[in-house]
Amino acid sequence: MSDTATTTVEVNGFSCRVWTKGNGPKLGFLAGFGGLPRWVPFLDELARTRTVIVPSLPGYPGGGLGHTVLDTHLDWVLAVRRIVEKAGLAGADLVGASVGGAFAAELAAIFPGHVRKLALIAPFGLFDEADPAADPWAQRKDHVAGLMCADPAKWEALVAPPEGANSIEWPIEMTRASEAAARALWPLGNTRLEKRLGLIEAPTLVLWGDRDAVLPPSYAQKFAGGINGTTRVRTVAGAGHLAYLDQPEAVARTVLEHFS
Amino acid sequence: MKLMWFHLMPYTELPDDFNKKHPSVWVDIHSSLFDPRRAHHMYNDFMDELEYAAECGFDAICVNEHHSNGYGLMPSPNLIASSLARRTTDTAICVMGNSLALYNPPTRVAEEFAMIDCISGGRLIAGFPVGSPMDTCYAYGQNPSLLRDRYYEAHDLVKRAWTEKDTFAFSGRFNQQRYVNIWPRPIQNDPHPPIWIPGGGSIETWRWCAEMDYVYCYLSYYGYKAGLTTMQGFWKEMEKLGKDRNPYRAGFLQFVGVAESRQQALDLYTEPAEYFYGRCLHVDPRFALPPGYTTEGTQRAGIEGMMSKAANVANPATKAALKATNMKDIVDGGYVLIGSPDEVIEQIRHVGTSLNVGHLMLLLQYGNMSKDTTKYNTRLFAEKVMPHVKDLFSGWEDKWWPKPMASGQRAAVPAFRPQTVAAE
Repeated sequence: MSDTATTTVEVNGFSCRVWTKGNGPKLGFLAGFGGLPRWVPFLDELARTRTVIVPSLPGYPGGGLGHTVLDTHLDWVLAVRRIVEKAGLAGADLVGASVGGAFAAELAAIFPGHVRKLALIAPFGLFDEADPAADPWAQRKDHVAGLMCADPAKWEALVAPPEGANSIEWPIEMTRASEAAARALWPLGNTRLEKRLGLIEAPTLVLWGDRDAVLPPSYAQKFAGGINGTTRVRTVAGAGHLAYLDQPEAVARTVLEHFS
Repeated sequence: MKLMWFHLMPYTELPDDFNKKHPSVWVDIHSSLFDPRRAHHMYNDFMDELEYAAECGFDAICVNEHHSNGYGLMPSPNLIASSLARRTTDTAICVMGNSLALYNPPTRVAEEFAMIDCISGGRLIAGFPVGSPMDTCYAYGQNPSLLRDRYYEAHDLVKRAWTEKDTFAFSGRFNQQRYVNIWPRPIQNDPHPPIWIPGGGSIETWRWCAEMDYVYCYLSYYGYKAGLTTMQGFWKEMEKLGKDRNPYRAGFLQFVGVAESRQQALDLYTEPAEYFYGRCLHVDPRFALPPGYTTEGTQRAGIEGMMSKAANVANPATKAALKATNMKDIVDGGYVLIGSPDEVIEQIRHVGTSLNVGHLMLLLQYGNMSKDTTKYNTRLFAEKVMPHVKDLFSGWEDKWWPKPMASGQRAAVPAFRPQTVAAE
């Protein structure tokens, strides 16, 4: 990430980290469960042909304690809108994964001018009692990696403390990312997004890892069926819930094709 | 010292192979294990035991709240407390307590506690726990990241509902009520019933209790040895805040089994203790730590504590060591105090003085202990132990104890004689 610029934007009095890399038309990425405690290869893939802009969500790594003032879903959606605007992403193509996917879908539905084309990677927001999602906040510690990624080592590498990391603050930041997701989505991940999917006019890619252990791949059809704009569903082989960690190249290729 | 008799109301017939076949006693314990007709007898036995403890002269009888829990059959402790208010006369009734954030609106707690206080003639101790992760976040679906803020706001609302004289509007972050005006009102209105806070070992809770002048209760199942560090931390913090060492600022839970001799105590209490520490505490760890439930300050202190403990070799009270399920380790660890009356007297005096705790909450029923054994344990404690430990802390005033109506002013509760009525 040598040529990556790190800046911050301020929302509700809390600063959020924004990473920028590459050239070409802007492309925003809102990360999934766990956020981005470090740069990941998926972003490099996107940055080959696009200017990749990656703002942190409140409470996620780089997002400080911004989640602590967000009490309702409306608070969250408006905070994400302001972060996206301040990061210069209003009107750009937007990729949202997992937790970030739930908010990317909300932006496209409620503020259609903010999103040119949309790519959703296993987004939260719906819940089907007949095909329930796993509970990511009720897991034994050693099960989390296998739940998030098809290759558990990919998750382990994401959250492992880098050399020189503060041994007290690092685990607290990792827990905070999970708390922020819980604060927005507890207990089922159901934000009643179903009611607003019909407002999404942007051409949308719905992408799912075929080994997603959190959100059943059947949810892809529920999103596609509800969204009003042109929708394509793609499944990525050998990928779990955080498909962009498991298969960075395949996921980036599919996303870039959709945006081209 | 106040001796308080506490009941958890455990389901007493979990199968021998429970731990092998079932992942958790809490949250997703299977409904097929619950026989309502057996529970009919359990509830009635448990309520008999609480009433018996009151007859034996304990200072208080205590109930608490759990949900989806095989060792705690009181989703609503208030139901039990209201019945106890009618079947006891002078004993304090300690509801330990109502998890404030679970009530919508929280004024429900102000109302029900006021009812219990009125029915009992002002004998209520009002416990306000945050509630365990299993109860609040998993069984009741509360958001762990919002739970504490909701709790503190609910506390403010309940307290105002008890103390403000006129109808008021409450515009909170989580609760909005146009007309707050509870009827009935508590008898204890100077300014309100005593508020006690059961909590873990967080500095934030200690400071809050000190600021509000509430009793802090450490309700661990692991006894006085493991509780020593926490209570020492509590008193150190009180000293820092300029508070005195009045032992009645604190409450502590302790399991006890007393018999004629130590051997007889082992014979009587091994099975129920092993049932409790084996089956009842068989909780799936996936329900232990919802993110956000533990504040970052407490997480930080915990990580720092673990590091310093690791550096200072083993501390017997570290959580990793708290796994004993056989009687020898249970007793050696101090989870359950056992022995002859003289041996128990010595241990209770040691617990009281070493932890500096004026409110000792005793579990004399645990696990699958039968009603007969429970009554034996209760009576022997009341007759042979209580008189020799009550004098502890006699120099201190308990400012946090209920102030009931004078007994001569209270309603006469007629004896309950269903047989007589049937005969007529």
